[in-house]
Amino acid sequence: MPEIRIPSNASLALQHRVDAFNRNYGHTIDEDALEEWPAFFLENARYMITTRQNHEENMPVGLILCENRGMMEDRVSALRVANLFEPHSYRHLIDPPVITEQQQGEISAKTSFSCFRTTQGSAPEIFCTGKYLDRIIDDGKQLKFLERIVVCDSERIDTLIVIPL
Amino acid sequence: MPSLDFNPNDYSEIPYVVYSDEELYVQEQSQVYRGRTWHFLALELELPNVGDFKTVFVGDTPVIVVRDKKEIIHAMVNRCAHRGNLVCVEDHGNLEHLTCVYHNWTYDLEGNLSSIAFEKGIQGEGGMADDFDKSCHGLEKLTVQTYCGLIFGTFSEDMPTLVEYFGPEMCKNIERLLGREMELLGCFRHGLDGNWKLYMENVRDTYHASLLHSFMTTFRLNRLSMKGAVEVSEGGLHHLTYSIRTQDNDQGQYNAKEIRASKDDYELNSPELLQSWPEFKCGTTLAIQSLFPNFSIQQLSNVLTLRLIVPKGPDRSELTWWVLGAATDTKEQRAMRIRQSNLVGPGGYIAMEDGAVVGWVRRGVKGSENKKSVLAMGGRDTERRSNSRCNELAVRGFWQGWHKLMES
Repeated sequence: MPEIRIPSNASLALQHRVDAFNRNYGHTIDEDALEEWPAFFLENARYMITTRQNHEENMPVGLILCENRGMMEDRVSALRVANLFEPHSYRHLIDPPVITEQQQGEISAKTSFSCFRTTQGSAPEIFCTGKYLDRIIDDGKQLKFLERIVVCDSERIDTLIVIPL
Repeated sequence: MPSLDFNPNDYSEIPYVVYSDEELYVQEQSQVYRGRTWHFLALELELPNVGDFKTVFVGDTPVIVVRDKKEIIHAMVNRCAHRGNLVCVEDHGNLEHLTCVYHNWTYDLEGNLSSIAFEKGIQGEGGMADDFDKSCHGLEKLTVQTYCGLIFGTFSEDMPTLVEYFGPEMCKNIERLLGREMELLGCFRHGLDGNWKLYMENVRDTYHASLLHSFMTTFRLNRLSMKGAVEVSEGGLHHLTYSIRTQDNDQGQYNAKEIRASKDDYELNSPELLQSWPEFKCGTTLAIQSLFPNFSIQQLSNVLTLRLIVPKGPDRSELTWWVLGAATDTKEQRAMRIRQSNLVGPGGYIAMEDGAVVGWVRRGVKGSENKKSVLAMGGRDTERRSNSRCNELAVRGFWQGWHKLMES
């Protein structure tokens, strides 16, 4: 895996920033602050949940596919008012990111994650493991996703997916 | 085994035991899945090249679908004729022949046994029994037919052709949607927490769609007040329902105060999600078609999908979705299909609730196995057609078809 290099101090600082950004992202979802979730993205950002097999075969359809922030906001409002499902929460465990590329304010990163799901009245279960494939824009002050592709290891989802990963 | 004492031609009351009983499940495997039915196996476009294979399930039975050297598609049980080991462990790939790793028994792509390791023994000792005949020990074969790019297989040796099995009304819709070169845009699976028949009832239930799925009702993708119909094939086996969005005769029935799913004040920030184009001359904007026992074809605006629900024991099932486009789609049309596909699949704005209710019904009927559900919407008959989709005739038809096979 040649892409994992021992980082210099400068890249270590960047890695820490991306790591903190990812953790904030995870906590925002896990603490049900979903209305704040789209703010991690740029207005024209793309968010996709797919599976390893679909990703490898370049299938364009996602389990969830948002082509801009408005579509992300719609996902949140739909799960609040329109869709029906059993109440459940997530707990994300997010690895430190691997920065795969960095140039002119754009960072590419790959990060492993696992997500436990706790449905009312049940014990936590492993809902999903996978990786985030990210393109992040750094304007010097803050980081925002230009693209986040969530690649789930399994092609099988239990029952349904409504809360973003 | 629980008795299935339906009144003749009345399938309006269904005993809840059918969703959980182990003995019924075993009988269903032989009567329905290995019985007189055609089963969807795969899409031809999933096996474009010679040697391409895919492993699937017909009921509980693992099956290999493969394209042979003459480009003919075959299906056989994924069980070595020697000791029962899985022949293909990977779920898809490309092979020159089929070799069981356990003892190196090798089959050609039609499933015939072509060689056995050490068949003549070593240095004149050992080897297979003298009376062993390779031609009698191939993989167990299914009969295969294809139609509109769909591959079906059956264990039965006296089935009508696929086209006869579906009947002309059903074929017309299959050809309308799939009778052209198609492209696979995605394929997803989810595990469901209940019996496969709960999901098939849901597929055939024209009554629930605008009541359960807020998204469908609120954005007028499907309401019972729209022009449409529901049809059931001879004997109840298959069904087709359709509606035309541009012809809605809503006279206030979908009052937001009375119908939970109707939400007047709910709007999308990005309505481009629902952007569509009139793809079909007939004007149909929604069509749902089930092909007995466990396969269905859908058109929802421009999202074209296939669904297969495979039983995984009496209490579990697994649903696979194929999302399709047409090879002739313009760039804009393809983008619309991809965007609209947010409506379907495990995370689909509309589809997710169908997955959830399977588990809720399973839990709801626990302890009530001797009680019955009521399917009396639209009457109790097994009629073949209704212009009103406020009707459960397609669900009654499912039970009619299922019962006949179970009793045969």
